[in-house]
Amino acid sequence: MVETKSARQRTNSGPGRLLIAVYLLFAIAATSRAGLQLATKFDEAPVAYLLSGVAALIYIVAAVGLARAGHTGRRVALACCSVELVGVVAVGILSLVDKDLFPDETVWSQFGSGYGYIPLVLPVLGLIWLWRTRRAPA
Amino acid sequence: MVPVTSVGADSPVDGIVATVPIVLSLLVAVWALVAAVRHRPPDRMQFVGLAVLEVALLVLSVLALVAVGGGDRPGEPGAFFGYLVTLVCLPPLAWVLARMEPTRWGSAIVCAVCLVAPVVVVRLQQTWEVLGG
Repeated sequence: MVETKSARQRTNSGPGRLLIAVYLLFAIAATSRAGLQLATKFDEAPVAYLLSGVAALIYIVAAVGLARAGHTGRRVALACCSVELVGVVAVGILSLVDKDLFPDETVWSQFGSGYGYIPLVLPVLGLIWLWRTRRAPA
Repeated sequence: MVPVTSVGADSPVDGIVATVPIVLSLLVAVWALVAAVRHRPPDRMQFVGLAVLEVALLVLSVLALVAVGGGDRPGEPGAFFGYLVTLVCLPPLAWVLARMEPTRWGSAIVCAVCLVAPVVVVRLQQTWEVLGG
């Protein structure tokens, strides 16, 4: 029942493992959906489907980064979470302003409302987690 | 926000065969949530729950495949089979991760995965019967 309060807790244990699990679920969901869309009806909404593909890739890389922990893993996860946050906010705004840009739903449309807004919350949690597990200042 | 849609009577993923895994999954989720809140690692009950859930999902899958073998076709075959494969992989995923994390967070993982599974079952129903529009 000991909860490590250490600032040097690795990113891939404790709450981090839960975060990785959710990232994995999103990686699976986004990858299969994007793969299907790109393979079967790319012409209908190329921008939306390419974006889905990019989002899927980022979820995979973020999950791997968090799971690998270590210095490189952290930097990879940090980059992914930042891109995700910017992406979900930008696409969220764009999808409200200009509906024609994304004729079909993507993971990030309407701030991820189709996925219970988890795409919006996830990168924030990721960044908080990376911050809390940062190296204690010497 | 996943709207629950009525599925035609001929759908093999409707009725009791879908209701049982949904209810089971939610029960395990609640049980795991209570454990996580109480700082408890995944207990035997959660693993048994995951195993029973997996059996229920396999029954659902077999019935769906039998229907497909019998000539029925899902509205969106690609998405339908994608969801089906994902669905049967969820309990094992939760199992493995929960084994790796014998803390309250392991229980939290079981809870999270068991909240996702019912959503996937509903999506499965929606992709069998494509609704107009």
